Amino acid sequence: MIITQRQLRLLTRVPEVLIFSTIQPVMFVLLFRYVFGGSISTDQPGGYVQLLMPGIFVQTVAFTLAGTASGLAEDMKKGLIDRFRSLPISQLALIMGRTLGDSLLNIVVLAVMGIAGYIVGWRPTSGLLSVVIGFVFLLLFGYALSWVGILVGLSASDARVVQNVSFIVTFPLTFLSNAFAPTTGMPRALQYFAEWNPVSTMVAGCRELFGLENQFGATAGSFPSENPLLTSFLYMIIIMAIFIPLSVRKYKRASD
Amino acid sequence: MKSVIAEDLVKTYRNGAVRALDHLSLDVEEGTVLSVLGPNGAGKTTCVRILATLLKPDSGRAMVGGIDVIKHPEKVREVIGLSGQYAAVDEILTGWDNLVMFGQLYHLGKKASIARAEELLERFSLTDSAKRPIKTYSGGMRRRLDLAASLIVKPKVLFLDEPTTGLDPRGRQEMWSVIEELVKGGVTLLLTTQYLEEADQLADEIAVIDHGKVIARGTSDALKKQVGGERLEIVVETQNIAKALEVVATVSGNKATLDEGLRMISSPVSTGATALIETLRSLDAAGIHPLDVGLKRPSLDDVFLSLTGHAAEEKSEEVEVTGRRKKAKK
Repeated sequence: MIITQRQLRLLTRVPEVLIFSTIQPVMFVLLFRYVFGGSISTDQPGGYVQLLMPGIFVQTVAFTLAGTASGLAEDMKKGLIDRFRSLPISQLALIMGRTLGDSLLNIVVLAVMGIAGYIVGWRPTSGLLSVVIGFVFLLLFGYALSWVGILVGLSASDARVVQNVSFIVTFPLTFLSNAFAPTTGMPRALQYFAEWNPVSTMVAGCRELFGLENQFGATAGSFPSENPLLTSFLYMIIIMAIFIPLSVRKYKRASD
Repeated sequence: MKSVIAEDLVKTYRNGAVRALDHLSLDVEEGTVLSVLGPNGAGKTTCVRILATLLKPDSGRAMVGGIDVIKHPEKVREVIGLSGQYAAVDEILTGWDNLVMFGQLYHLGKKASIARAEELLERFSLTDSAKRPIKTYSGGMRRRLDLAASLIVKPKVLFLDEPTTGLDPRGRQEMWSVIEELVKGGVTLLLTTQYLEEADQLADEIAVIDHGKVIARGTSDALKKQVGGERLEIVVETQNIAKALEVVATVSGNKATLDEGLRMISSPVSTGATALIETLRSLDAAGIHPLDVGLKRPSLDDVFLSLTGHAAEEKSEEVEVTGRRKKAKK
């Protein structure tokens, strides 16, 4: 808890971090909405922005991974981790606190994005409850991914390397998906990848929760396309089941 | 009672390619200061990290405050304080924030944490800058704050890993007086340093380590004796050198050596001041008036040189392996 507090206090002392972590996704909203939005034709009532917003939400929480990882790598370098590890506190407090803190940051970022989306025409049609569930779902996804970030942060030797590694992981995942463009235009092999991509299932799940019809190409009728929410949920459980123990193990022997 | 015991510690990195500790053993008597002295890469940091439960040794045994470090690290953490080579505090937060946060991490409760933080800030003369972010602090202030953070719960055993490395002379002086204060308060201290002067100043006992082994230990005086007794040094005018060499050699009973540039004659003596007086009498009788005389005790530099065969402060960039963090230091 104290670590989470620290994280939040850090945010209040460096408002830049908060500002920039919200500006980037808001920028994406505007760019995609107005640059691609005009050329991607969709029969979606309300236009491309309805499809786009869930995509950007998912992309943003996926980038949590980079934030968690680089923050942790920074702490490692400064010797803060050593200090924490020499304290008589739960050895997990530090990384638990960090993942929670990053999730709290996500709440703020998602809220700002939601407002930005609303301004440019995003109108979820499914009712308040479903929208809230959608956001909770997004936060959970971010939380699961921040555990991947923990492992990356503990493993890398330098904060800049961490940034790069995180982007190498998250960029293809977010673009080889249905987040920004329908997968129907992709080569067949990529369509299958995109279909099983957790980012796609998340996006499809959110679209469902925000009251949209999902469109599928070659992969229509497959399990992830039919059950995006369930699949996403399974993905989160799998991610956490793998990365929490790995991260904890790595943390315990962080200095070996 | 021994507060810290390390027995036969071995630690290798990169699958044995780098042997950081090679059967290292040492101990610290309760309430005293042991300085672990050695050049970069000698294994000082590895040793501290093992004792502070951050690292598991490949083999060997270690006890801190009577608790087995390997079996009960969580109990050891309750009695130790650690302050490392880096100021492990949050740059962005203020000094006050940092100390209060650590207090809360120790489960002191909000009120007690604040009280303790203010007490420590006062004691380390940081009250004036308590509300400024750490990034505005000088190197010395950061180290003091870092030290303060390690003292929040009044540890019985304190580990300081190169507390003054990288500080300017003033910062170092300030740090020393803070450490001396602490020692008066009765804490057991294990301090690593690459500065001979620092070990001399702060430690009751010194363990000299090199290549992961203790190569000598004892009080500063004992180590100096081990290297040899005092040296008589006399500077004379050029025309008197030949005669003076003869006199010095006769009195000391040892070979007298000459540094021609300095016109300084020196020789080891066993009788100290007596030898000095005798030499001066003989010189006076011969009508020679020395320009300078002195009786010098060997410096710890001499100790190091004679123990390891190489000087203590290596100028070459050497990489110290401290876990996965690699850092080239001056």
